[in-house]
Amino acid sequence: MKSPLLQVENLTVRIDSGKTQVRAVDGVSFSINRHETFALLGESGCGKSMTALSLMRLLPDAGRIVSGAVSLDGQDLLALPEIAMRSVRGERIAMIFQEPMNSLNPVMTVGRQIAETLLRHTGLRGEAVQARVLELLDDVGIPDAKARCNDYPFQFSGGMKQRVMIAIALACEPDLLIADEPTTALDVTIQAQVLDLLRRLQRERGMAVLLISHDLGVVAGMAQRVAVMYAGEIVETADRGDFFAHPKHPYTRKLFASLPGAARRGQQLEIIRGMVPRLDQEFSGCRFAGRCDSAWERCHTTIPEWVEVSSGHGVRCHLFAALRVSTPSSALPLQGGGCETGAALSTPSPLQGEGWDGGEGVAPLLQVDGLKVHFPIHKGLFKRVAGQVMAVDGVSLAIHSGRTLALVGESGCGKTTVGKGILQLLRPTAGSVRFAGEELTRLQGAALRARRANFQIVFQDPYSSLDPRMRVADIIEEGMMALGAAAAASERQSQVDCLLRQVGLSPDSKYRYPHEFSGGQRQRVAIARALGVRPKLIICDEPTSALDVSVQAQILNLLKGLQDELGLAYLFITHNLAVVEYFAHEVAVMYLGRIVERGTVEEVMRAPRHPYTQALLSAVPAADAGSSREIIRLAGDLPSPANPPSGCHFHPRCPQAMPACRESYPAEVVFSATHSVHCLLFAGK
Amino acid sequence: MIQYIIRRILYAIPILIGVNLITFALFFVVNTPDNMARIHLGMKHVTPEAVAKWKHERGYDKPLLWNGAAQGEKKATDTIFFEKSVGMFAFDFGRSDEGRDIAYDIRTRMWPSLAIALPVFVIGLAVNVTFAMLMAFFRATYVDLAGVVLCVAMMSISGLFYIIGGQYLVSKLLHLTPISGFDGGFNALKFIVLPVVIGVVAGIGTGARWYRTIFLEETSRDYVRTARAKGLSELSVLFGHVLKNAMIPILTGAVVVIPLLFMGSLISESFFGIPGLGSYTIDAINAQDFAIVRAMVFLGSVLYIVGLILTDISYTLVDPRIRLE
Amino acid sequence: MLLFLLLAGVAFYAWRVRRREHLLQPWRRLMRSRSGMASAVVLLAFVAVGVLDSLHFRLPLERQANNAETHYSPEVLSVFDLLAGPLRKQLEKTYSAPFAVHLFTKETIELPGGKQTRDFPRLKYGGAHLRDPVADRAADIAVTAATGALYALVLCAVMTALLVLWLARRRGVSPGAAWMLIRHGHDEIPWRTLLATIGLLILFVCLAALLSAKYHLLGTDKVGQDVFYLALKSIRTGLMIGTLTTLVMLPFALLLGIMAGYFRGWVDDVIQYTYTTLSSIPGVLLIAAAVLILQVYMDSNQEMFDTVAARADIRLLFLCIILGVTSWTGLCRLLRGEALKLREMEFIQAATAFGVGHFRIIARHILPNVMHIVLISIVLDFSGLVLAEAVLSYVGVGVDPSMQSWGNMINGARLEMAREPMVWWSLLAAFVFMFVLVLSANLFSDRVRDAFDPRVR
Repeated sequence: MKSPLLQVENLTVRIDSGKTQVRAVDGVSFSINRHETFALLGESGCGKSMTALSLMRLLPDAGRIVSGAVSLDGQDLLALPEIAMRSVRGERIAMIFQEPMNSLNPVMTVGRQIAETLLRHTGLRGEAVQARVLELLDDVGIPDAKARCNDYPFQFSGGMKQRVMIAIALACEPDLLIADEPTTALDVTIQAQVLDLLRRLQRERGMAVLLISHDLGVVAGMAQRVAVMYAGEIVETADRGDFFAHPKHPYTRKLFASLPGAARRGQQLEIIRGMVPRLDQEFSGCRFAGRCDSAWERCHTTIPEWVEVSSGHGVRCHLFAALRVSTPSSALPLQGGGCETGAALSTPSPLQGEGWDGGEGVAPLLQVDGLKVHFPIHKGLFKRVAGQVMAVDGVSLAIHSGRTLALVGESGCGKTTVGKGILQLLRPTAGSVRFAGEELTRLQGAALRARRANFQIVFQDPYSSLDPRMRVADIIEEGMMALGAAAAASERQSQVDCLLRQVGLSPDSKYRYPHEFSGGQRQRVAIARALGVRPKLIICDEPTSALDVSVQAQILNLLKGLQDELGLAYLFITHNLAVVEYFAHEVAVMYLGRIVERGTVEEVMRAPRHPYTQALLSAVPAADAGSSREIIRLAGDLPSPANPPSGCHFHPRCPQAMPACRESYPAEVVFSATHSVHCLLFAGK
Repeated sequence: MIQYIIRRILYAIPILIGVNLITFALFFVVNTPDNMARIHLGMKHVTPEAVAKWKHERGYDKPLLWNGAAQGEKKATDTIFFEKSVGMFAFDFGRSDEGRDIAYDIRTRMWPSLAIALPVFVIGLAVNVTFAMLMAFFRATYVDLAGVVLCVAMMSISGLFYIIGGQYLVSKLLHLTPISGFDGGFNALKFIVLPVVIGVVAGIGTGARWYRTIFLEETSRDYVRTARAKGLSELSVLFGHVLKNAMIPILTGAVVVIPLLFMGSLISESFFGIPGLGSYTIDAINAQDFAIVRAMVFLGSVLYIVGLILTDISYTLVDPRIRLE
Repeated sequence: MLLFLLLAGVAFYAWRVRRREHLLQPWRRLMRSRSGMASAVVLLAFVAVGVLDSLHFRLPLERQANNAETHYSPEVLSVFDLLAGPLRKQLEKTYSAPFAVHLFTKETIELPGGKQTRDFPRLKYGGAHLRDPVADRAADIAVTAATGALYALVLCAVMTALLVLWLARRRGVSPGAAWMLIRHGHDEIPWRTLLATIGLLILFVCLAALLSAKYHLLGTDKVGQDVFYLALKSIRTGLMIGTLTTLVMLPFALLLGIMAGYFRGWVDDVIQYTYTTLSSIPGVLLIAAAVLILQVYMDSNQEMFDTVAARADIRLLFLCIILGVTSWTGLCRLLRGEALKLREMEFIQAATAFGVGHFRIIARHILPNVMHIVLISIVLDFSGLVLAEAVLSYVGVGVDPSMQSWGNMINGARLEMAREPMVWWSLLAAFVFMFVLVLSANLFSDRVRDAFDPRVR
C-alpha cells in the first residue's frame, strides 16, 4: 500500500483563554490517502474545525499547536518556515469554509478573488488567468461565467457563493481539499447541489478531501472513511460501510440512536445525558465516561487506549480493550445502531390519536384562512411604496388540540412569518386567524393581551431568546405577571419550581442567569416560560435547529412528553424533515409564501405528490451507507418573494414543468380528507 | 443612485430650516436687539435715542416675525426674521454689527483657512492610516503595544499644548519658522509649515488609534482567513484585502469634515495669526459681534450638511454593495 | 448637592452590582487589569480632591457678646481650602518661579539705610524661613524632600502590612504566603501595581505637603497666588464639567435614543431630525453663541445675579447644559442603533407575545441591556470634556474668568509667552495636571470598554 497523502500524528492544539488553556485538540492522529474522502464527524465544540485549521497553520491568534506532526507527502508541515507554508496553502492544500456569506471579500469581484490564487501560485498572467478563471467558474456550475466574474459576492446567493469558494480552492488543483462544514449554512436542496458538485470534482480531479461535518447524512453520502471526534479526541475510525453498519463506540451508537425519523415515531429518542466535559481540565479517564450508559469504574480512572477492532476500524474505549478482536460485535453489551433504521422498528407504537379522522366535526383550535403578510418596499424619491415582499401570501391551515402541525420549507419561504402573523407579533395584511373560534386579527390592545395566554412561542436561538440580564425565575415569571396567571408572589414561586421540574431542570436553577446554561438547557427554560401561562397552542419556531443532535433529541422528547401530558397543540416550524417524520401528525409544505402540499405525515412523507415536496424529501441525505435513492436535483435558487415567478411559483425549478404552469397559480387538488396539493400535474384527475 | 442623492439633498432642507430657526431664536428671541445695543454702546448711561439709532442702522428695529404696519407681502418680508434669517439661504449674510460686508470677509478669509486645513487633513489622513497599518501589522506584539500607549498619551494632551510647545520649540528656540503671521503667494509657505505639522501631530493620537481598531476589526473577519488560506503573505492580505475594506469606514468618516475645512481651525489660526475664518470667528466672539457669529453658525451647518451628503455619495462610490443596489 | 446625589447613585449601583453575578463579572475583569486599576487609583485621587473641594461652608465669625446670633463670614470655603490653608493665604505680589525666594520682577526696594535699589525683592512667604536664601535653599529643599520621602516610606510600609494581613485573612493563608501572592502577582487582582500606584501617590502627597508649606512649589501667578493651589482647585472645575454635562445629557440621550429605536415610525423620524439638526451646528460655535447670549442676558439683568460667585456658578451650569446639548447626539445615535437591534431580539418578541407593555419592555429589557454602552460612552466622553474646557476657556466662552480652571490658567499664561525669560510654570502646572487626569481617564475608559463591550470578549 502506498504511503498516505496526509499523515497527522498526535496533534495537540491549545487555545489560551485568560488564565486557563483549552485543549481544543488533544492527541489526534489520522491519515488520508490519495483520492480519498475522509470525514471528521463530531458535534459542535469537539475540535474538528481546530484540527482542520491547524493543518493549514491558520489557527486564530489565541491558538497554538503544542505538539504533533503533520506531514503532507512526507513533508513535515509544522516544521516548514512560514514562507514555505504559504506556498502549500492554496496550492497543495485548499480549504472551504462554513459561512460562504462572510468568507468572500465583499469589495472585490469574484473573478479577482479567484485570479489572486492563480497569480500567487502559478505562472499564469494576463489573458491566461482570465481564461482559467472562466473555466473554473464554469466547472463549479456558475451559469454565464463571463458576465458573472465581474460581479461582487453580494450579488450571488448562498449556494453560488459556496461554488465560488470551491472555485477558489480548486484553482491550483490542490492535492487535498479541506471542506469545513461546507453545506451547513445552506438549504437542503442547495446542499444536495453543492455536495454533488464536490463529489463530481473529486472524481474528476482525483484529489483527497477532508470533510468536516456534524451531519451523519452528509458523511454517509460523501466519505470513504470516517473518524468521530469527541471532546478533542478521535474516538472511532472506520470505513464508511463498517461505520454505518457496525458503529462501535458508545458515543457513536448514541449519536445514531438520537437521530429522529419516521422509524422512531411514538418512542422516546435515545438521549445522551449530561454535557460535553469542559476541555480546560486534565482527564484521568475516558472523556465520555460521565455520559456513557455502559461505563464502569475503569472508565473513570484509566484513559482508554486506541483499540483496533478490525482492519481499519479503531475505537478508543475500554469495552473493546477487554473483548478484543475475537468477540463479534453483535455480542456487545450495547444495542441499537444506525444500521437498524427502519427494519427493527417498523411498527411504531400508536400515538395518542394516531388513527385520527382528520378532525371533521371537531372545531379546530386554530384556524388560519388566507393569511397574508406583506412588507412594503420603499423606493424612489419620496420612498413611495414600489412593491410588496409577499412573505406570506395566502396561507390557510388548521390545528386541533393535542396535535402537531409541521410547517416545512426552506429558508426564506415565509414559515417564520406565518408563526409571527398568527401570534399577531406581525400584523397580517389580510386573512383571518381564529383561535378557538375567536378572530384575532381585529383585536387590539388589552383585548388581544387577554388572549395571549392561549398561544405562546418557542424560538430558534436559545441564546437570544432569553434576556441575558434577568434571572431564570424573573424570565419565567414575566409572562405570568403580564397575563395575571398567578397573583401572589409565593404562589408564583412555587409555580416556577413546578415548571422547572416539568422541563427537567432543578428548581434551584431559578436563581441563575441564562449564560450559565447550555443551549439545550436554555431551550428548556424558554419552554418553561411559554408553559407558565398555560397555553393551549405553542408555536415552535425551529426549536432544535441550533442544537446538536443529541441535545435535539432531549428537547424533542420533552416536547412530546408535554404534549401527551397537557394536550398541547404545536405548530412546529422547521426545515428538518427527519424531525417532522418523527414528531408531527400533519405536515404543510411551504414554498415562496404559499402552502404547496398538505396532509398527514404518512401521506406527505410516504407519498409526496408535489414535485417540490418530492425534491425536498429526496435531497435529505440519509444517515446510512447503503441507500442509493434517486436524488431529484433542483436547478437554481429560491426566487425572491418580492417578485415571484408568474403562474406556479415553482415552475422555473420544477423538473416536470409544463407550459401551462407559467400561466396561473394552480388550484388546490384534493386527494383525501387530509391530503391536498397545489399542482397542475393533478389538475385533470 | 441619482435618485438617492436627490433624496438626501431634499432631506437636508428641513434640517437647514431647523438650524435657521434655532439661530434665530437664540439671537433674537432670547435677547432682544435692545439688549445687544446696550452691550455695544456701553452698559451705563445709554439714551433710548442712541439705542434706537443703533438698531435702525443695522435694521434691528423691525418687528421680529410679522410686520403689521407694512403693506401686502411686506407684512412678512419687512421683518427681522425675513431679512436676517431667511436671507441666509441665499448666502446673503448682510453686514456685521461693525458695518463690514460679511460675505466679502468670508470670501477673502476662507483661502488662508483652507491653506492650513487642507494639508492637515490630507497629510493627517495619510499619516494616521500608515501608523494604524503598522500597528495592525505588528498586532499583539510590543510594537503594537508601544504604539497604542503612545497614542493614548498623545491624545491625552490638550491641543493647546501642541501649539504652545511647537511654537516655543520650533520658532522660539530653533528659529526655523516665524512664530505667527501670514503672507500671500509662495511666501505663505513658511507660515503654513508649522501649523500644518502641529495640526497633523495633534491628530495622530486619536486618529491612528481609531483606525487601528477598524483595521483590527477587519482582520478578524472570515474573508481574511480565506485570503490566508490562498497562501497570500500577511502583507498582501493587509494591503490587498483589509485595507480595501477598512477604507470604507475611514474614508466615509473623513469625508464629512472636508467642507468644514473652509472654516479653518479656531485655535491654531488665532495662535498663528492666520487671517482665516477661524480667527475671524474668534475675533467676532471676543468683540461680541452677533451678526458674524450668526453667519458662521449658519455657514458651519450648511457645510456640515454638505459633508453628510458627500458622505452618502462617497459610500455609493466606494462600496459596491450600495453602488450596485 | 448634585455631587452627593451622584455619589449616592454610584453607591446604590455598587450595592446592586454586588448582588448580581452577571453585573459583577465585567467589574471583575476590570479589577484584573493592571492599567485599569492604576488609572482608577489616580482618578480616585482626583475625585477625592474634587469632593473635598465641594464640601462648602462658611466660617463663623467670632461671636459678639451681646448678640446671640452667629454671623458667618461672606467668604465660602471648602474643606479642601481648610486643609490647604496656608497655600490659600500666602499671597505674593506677583510672579515668582517655582521654589523661588525672590520675586520674578525687579522692584524698587528701600534699604535700611534709606537708599533705594532696584532688585528682585524677597518673597513674603516662599522660603521666608531661610536666612541666607542663596546658600541654604538647595540644602533645605533636599532635607525637606528627604523627610517627605521618609514619611511616605513609613506610610507605604504600614499600608502594605495592612493589605498583607487583610489578604491573608480573606484568602485564608498565612501572612507570608499572602505577601508572596502580592509580590509575584499570582492573585487575581494586580496588587503589585495597585501598591506601586498608591505608593507613588503617597510619596507625591508627602513631598508636596512638606515642600509647599515652605515654598511655592509651582511658583505664583500674576497676582501672587500659588500656582500649585490653583491647579489643585481647578480639579473641581474639570470634574464638575465632566459630571454635570453627563448628568444633563444622559436623560435626553437615554430616553430619546431608546424611544427612537424602539418605536420607530414617526417618533424615530422626529428624534432623528432633532439630533441631526442639533449636531449639524458646529459644536464650538453653538457653545460660543449660547455663552455670548448668556453674557448679554446676565449683563442686561444684573439684578438677578448679585454676587460674582453666583454669576460664575450660573455660567458653569449653563456651560454644562450647552455642552450637554451638543454632546447628547452621539450617545443618542448609539442607543438608537442598539435599541433597533434589541427590539428584533427574540427575548423582546417573547415578552411581546406575553402582552408585556411597551414601557415595561423598555424598562426591564432594553434599559439594562444598553447600560454597558452608556457606561462606556460616559467614561470615554469624560476626558474629551476636560480637554474641551481648556479650549473653550481659551476661546473666551468657557467658565467664568474668575473661576480657577486649567483653561484659564493656560489663557493667563499665554499672554506672558513673549516675556523673556518665559513664565512657564503656570503652563507646566496646567499641562501636568490635565495630562495626568486625561491620561488616566483614557486608560480607564479603555479598560472599561474591554471589560464591558460584549464584542471584545
